[in-house]
Amino acid sequence: MTKKLMKGNEAIGEAAIAAGAINYFAYPITPQSEVAEYLCWRLPEVSGVFVQGESEVAVGNMIFGAAASGKRVFTTSSSPGISLMQESISYMAGAHLPVVILNIMRGGPGLGGILPAQSDYFQATKGGGHGDYRLIVLAPASVQEAVDLTILAFDLADKYRNPVMIIGDGMIGQMMESVEFPEKYRDENNPDDFDWALTGADNRPARITKSLYLDPKKLEDNSIKLAEKYKKIVEAESRHELYHVSNDNQLLIISYGTMARICQTVIDELADEGISVGLMRPITLYPFPGAELYAEATKKNIKRVLTVEMSMGQMVEDVERYVVGKKPVDFFGRTGGIVPTPNEVKDKIRELLKPSPKAKKTKSSRKKQIKG
Amino acid sequence: MSSNLITTFKRPESMSDNTTHYCPGCTHGIIHRMVAESLDELGVSGRSVGVAPVGCSVLIYNYFNVDFIEAPHGRAPALATGFKRVRPDMIVFTYQGDGDLASIGMGEIVHAANRGEKFTTIFVNNAIYGMTGGQMAPTTMPNQKTTTSPGGRDTDKVGFPIRMSEMLSTLKTPSYIARVAVHTPLHAIAAKKAIKRAFQLQVENRCFSMVEVLSTCPTNWGITPEASTKWVESDMVPYYPLGLYSDPDREET
Amino acid sequence: MSGQIDVVFAGFGGQGIMTAGQLLAYTAMEEGKQVCWIPSYGPEMRGGTANCTIVVSDTRIGSPIINNPAGACVFNRPSLDKFVPSLRAGALLLINSSLIDTPSGRSDLIEVKIPINEIAMKLGNPKAANMVMLAAYVKATGVVKMKSLENMLITKLGHKKSALEINKRAFKEGAKAVSGLQVRDKV
Repeated sequence: MTKKLMKGNEAIGEAAIAAGAINYFAYPITPQSEVAEYLCWRLPEVSGVFVQGESEVAVGNMIFGAAASGKRVFTTSSSPGISLMQESISYMAGAHLPVVILNIMRGGPGLGGILPAQSDYFQATKGGGHGDYRLIVLAPASVQEAVDLTILAFDLADKYRNPVMIIGDGMIGQMMESVEFPEKYRDENNPDDFDWALTGADNRPARITKSLYLDPKKLEDNSIKLAEKYKKIVEAESRHELYHVSNDNQLLIISYGTMARICQTVIDELADEGISVGLMRPITLYPFPGAELYAEATKKNIKRVLTVEMSMGQMVEDVERYVVGKKPVDFFGRTGGIVPTPNEVKDKIRELLKPSPKAKKTKSSRKKQIKG
Repeated sequence: MSSNLITTFKRPESMSDNTTHYCPGCTHGIIHRMVAESLDELGVSGRSVGVAPVGCSVLIYNYFNVDFIEAPHGRAPALATGFKRVRPDMIVFTYQGDGDLASIGMGEIVHAANRGEKFTTIFVNNAIYGMTGGQMAPTTMPNQKTTTSPGGRDTDKVGFPIRMSEMLSTLKTPSYIARVAVHTPLHAIAAKKAIKRAFQLQVENRCFSMVEVLSTCPTNWGITPEASTKWVESDMVPYYPLGLYSDPDREET
Repeated sequence: MSGQIDVVFAGFGGQGIMTAGQLLAYTAMEEGKQVCWIPSYGPEMRGGTANCTIVVSDTRIGSPIINNPAGACVFNRPSLDKFVPSLRAGALLLINSSLIDTPSGRSDLIEVKIPINEIAMKLGNPKAANMVMLAAYVKATGVVKMKSLENMLITKLGHKKSALEINKRAFKEGAKAVSGLQVRDKV
């Protein structure tokens, strides 16, 4: 295996090919356009399909149509474009179709900006479109992990027949790091291997890919079927990484993506000052590693739990949900394309761990924030 | 049954045994049949995929023995693009009404036609939103009364009906575009011919093809089925002239 | 080199800032080091200025965002103004004196002025200025070996003989410009 120095966006494009996903539909948007610029010449080399759609609305529906074939399909976009795809994502979830969607997040709301952000956490993990559905959501923290998770995303999509979203902030797409790809690339799916793929009703009953159930009982049945699938996903697919976690930790940081790497630097630097902090980095945002978080956060030595995000506080709601009030949960974040610096995070931690004369100060600063 | 009786007219193989939900006097059933006959005659039923719209024909997949995808409102041409690109060996068609194709899905149909996507679109124009209960469509006739234009379509405020076949035939990309009607047997024969040619061109991997079919909606027009067929002739055909608008074999003028 | 070293390359679009940074990143990767190259991609990219940060480390790289870089190679005046305040004490600052006529104004930096445009012009190709700067930086810090840098250049430019020759000479000139310089601890 040879190492290559590649931009995240290009590496993700190559990873899709490695996963046998050679059907790609997209619309240009900063900061992920390099995926399309890479795949528009790379896919013809492997006899793949590249289509630049007229809008993200159309692109979302192109992957919808293509996914019904049973082949692996892929699109990439950034926040405003992902909003436009929500209609088709809801339909694809309802129709149990496997697709992979990459969101290289930029600051919002609205047109926002083009610099890195993590403010689409709610959209990705809590629905985004209408109806009772979930996406599997993966959050890489390095270019190599973006490659690995892209390959995993296609396997999970096929396994559960569910859309999978990879979310990375703008840095994941833009930075170059050394990466390795699998020695052997996967072949394209054979649609005949699936009992649901539309391959033509030749000597078999016709198959329908749909999300419409006018009979409420049948619609409820479909939602129950989805819910049962999500239950299995929650049980089997939660992934996370621990960094510098020990019984000496006074504080536990929860952070994902590039932000978690910045927190690693924070942890290393604070260790030099004699302040012991651990990090839990969710790799799957849905399913959220909640039970694992509870186990770590409720350890005796942990005084507080700090969530750090490039947003005004989104994942922190899940952190609170799983810490269930056992420890104070605090939040630090910057947004709009401003990335919290290690110094800012260190200052926040020093402030939180400062011995306080008043007992009530140990309460969650986040709760105060909400109340205030 | 006596052995000297033979069946001379039967259900196309591509159609299922289900009874349609369409209103009396609606021409969706006739148009469905023409699509099914075309697939049968070309022998492609077993490798075809239809894309259903949102509108009265949303349940079209119940009436065919053909694989189907059900699209979000207006997006059928995007789904058809996706499917046909990854399975160019299969025959792909969309079946869309006027609200679906000419209103919410205007962008998708124009760009699919302009890319020259090699699928077939059956565009059923009955000048009204049927499934939602008779609201004004982009193709509603001037002064035509609907639930959202109770005083009749006011062209000063909402413009004139959109002529999709004319509009799409301005595109430089080669295509097959024809407008037909089904309100008389003679018109129906011509309609069937056009629909079959549209599919034939796809089988030959030639070009994008669309057949616009002028259709009736007695229920929402508020008139009898018989009066509806007359209204197609007296009001719709003059505004929506029948004929061939684009053909890949026709020399450019 | 031990631990982590980071540097900012900054200047106008067209000065070869990104290319110089990438060549450094490729070389470090070839030497088996962990490496991260991150560009500015904001609106300033369209406004004509460009910068990239390169982090090289023996161990896993944490933050790709560097608050206080240990080095900066500034190719124009706006870049000097932008990055000098954030440099950490003792940082290495290489200034393109062909385009920048003011010093940094800080006394806690190791500051070297190199007229990279004039040097490149004398070599016969003004486009080689970025390679003069890169070589000066590599020579002064030892972040990678000069030989490795040359090998990477051959890998990248092997088929373009004339460009290769000019760039090799640019490397020599860049190294010469910082001869005798001792960067403490090679941070």
